[in-house]
Amino acid sequence: MSTSRRYAKSHEWIRVEGTLGTVGISDHAQKEVTDVVYVEVAKTGKVVKAGDEATTLESVKAAFSIYAPVSGTITKSNLALDGDPGLINKSPYDEGWIFALEISDPAELDKLMSEEQYQKFLTSGEAAAHH
Amino acid sequence: MTNAGDGSAPFSCIISNTMDFTPHTEAERKEMLADIGVSSFKELVKNLPIMEEDLKIPSGLSEGEMVRLGHELGSKNQAAPRLSSYLGAGAYEHFSPAAVSALMSRGEFLTSYTPYQPEVSQGTLQTLYEFQSMICDLTAMDVTNTGMYEGASALAEAVLLALRETGRKKVLIPRSLHPDYKTVLSTYTSESGTQLIEIPFKDGQLDLGFVAKNLTSEVAAVVIQNPNFFGIVEPAEAIAPLAQAASALYIASVNPISLGLLTPPGEYGADIAVGEGQSLGIAPGFGGPYLGLFACKTKWLRKMPGRLVGQTVDVDGRRAFVLTLQAREQHIRREKATSNVCTTTALIAAGSTFYMSLLGKQGLRDLAYQNLAKARYAFDQLTQIPGVRAAFKAPIFNEFVLQTTTPVETLQQRLLECGVVAGLPIKKWYPELENASLWCVTETKTKADIDFLVKTLRGVL
Repeated sequence: MSTSRRYAKSHEWIRVEGTLGTVGISDHAQKEVTDVVYVEVAKTGKVVKAGDEATTLESVKAAFSIYAPVSGTITKSNLALDGDPGLINKSPYDEGWIFALEISDPAELDKLMSEEQYQKFLTSGEAAAHH
Repeated sequence: MTNAGDGSAPFSCIISNTMDFTPHTEAERKEMLADIGVSSFKELVKNLPIMEEDLKIPSGLSEGEMVRLGHELGSKNQAAPRLSSYLGAGAYEHFSPAAVSALMSRGEFLTSYTPYQPEVSQGTLQTLYEFQSMICDLTAMDVTNTGMYEGASALAEAVLLALRETGRKKVLIPRSLHPDYKTVLSTYTSESGTQLIEIPFKDGQLDLGFVAKNLTSEVAAVVIQNPNFFGIVEPAEAIAPLAQAASALYIASVNPISLGLLTPPGEYGADIAVGEGQSLGIAPGFGGPYLGLFACKTKWLRKMPGRLVGQTVDVDGRRAFVLTLQAREQHIRREKATSNVCTTTALIAAGSTFYMSLLGKQGLRDLAYQNLAKARYAFDQLTQIPGVRAAFKAPIFNEFVLQTTTPVETLQQRLLECGVVAGLPIKKWYPELENASLWCVTETKTKADIDFLVKTLRGVL
């Protein structure tokens, strides 16, 4: 797998290196969510299936669930978000990463969307249904 | 706002003069009632004490006749302070300065609603912020919310927080916890497989040996009530290390007046302090509305229920107050919210704030001292009467348990005839304590009052 991102319909992205996946939310999502004020630390060791809630994020507007794009075991959380949750808005694909997990079934990555597919997905009517 | 609805230009909204309600249809009502499992609305609310049809008032009375009837019926009631009452057990008689009720009855406080719109609610928000600050001070905790409904549900919410956060199923509660608090706690945890384990008492205090043995890593929280239902001061400092060792939460249910003298929960390692704020200048008033106190360490800030008022600045840099951290609440988080509580007794919180500001720190200390001293005097005098003995020897605040050779119901009747309301019989909840009653002495009693009680009790035994 290359270092390019793949996307879930719920607007999380995942970047894979070997069996480790780093997860965050897309630029589109951070705009929708508006100013992030708090991110709950995802529990290390928590086993998640694709689509399970991994952690939650709070903005000035509301609270949002962050879902695991693929199945695995959570290995770490981005602790920098504790002091600066706004990193998610400022740098959603880089410094604003949320958690990392050990991927249990790499085949699941094929079910996610590529960058191109995700951009197309955003302009279609379907994107509004997923949050 | 209704829009034109005829497909005309998008911004032609019409604001109607009347708000159109969409009430339930009869069919919808029937469906809901059937779903709940009752045949009528009346059956649904049958536990409420009175329905309109039950009032036996003749029809066609003039206002003057009605007022007169009201007086006649009302005079059948006897209330403190005409009677000298020694009842406590969670609802306390304290003196409240006239200024408290005068301020509470001001329209700005009396009828103001939830301050969701800070621009028009700065007064309410500032008052609640002051309330929060005072309770934090009193309990030595980092954060407080604007109040829960009352002490029992505040405790239940604290326990739910502990269960959620630890994922564990067991909770240690004192046998000497207020029986109503136990009932409420039991209701709140009834469906979740939670096990409430009772800590026995030894000479009226927590059996620390039992706590040490049973505070395992399966326990979500250990609860104490301080002073407990028997009026006894608990060895609260001894619990924290035990809770910490098991990574369980330490929850203390406290009497705010007692904090004028006793060590506050924040200083003996409690995670959460809850309690009943009624004694802070609010009349006993048939049992409500009261004021649940909920304060905790910063660690639990995002997990706590209830409203939080925060201080901030407006666009011009002026200090302003707002409701904050609302993402915890159910109108935003829905089923993931920290609680399903949907209102608060803000007026009562305001009243308690006025009361606390009038008392001040020294006043609260003096008040606590008077309570302690007068209860101790009464205790010492009463236990000297033949046929009366102390149930426990442990230190008390303003309540104590007496056991008498004469049955308590007989004593109650005889004392009432002399204008004295005896202590609460507690056999119902503590059958192991023979002929026991719980007595409360607050600052409202003078030495002469207490001497009268002693003399009268001697006379009726």
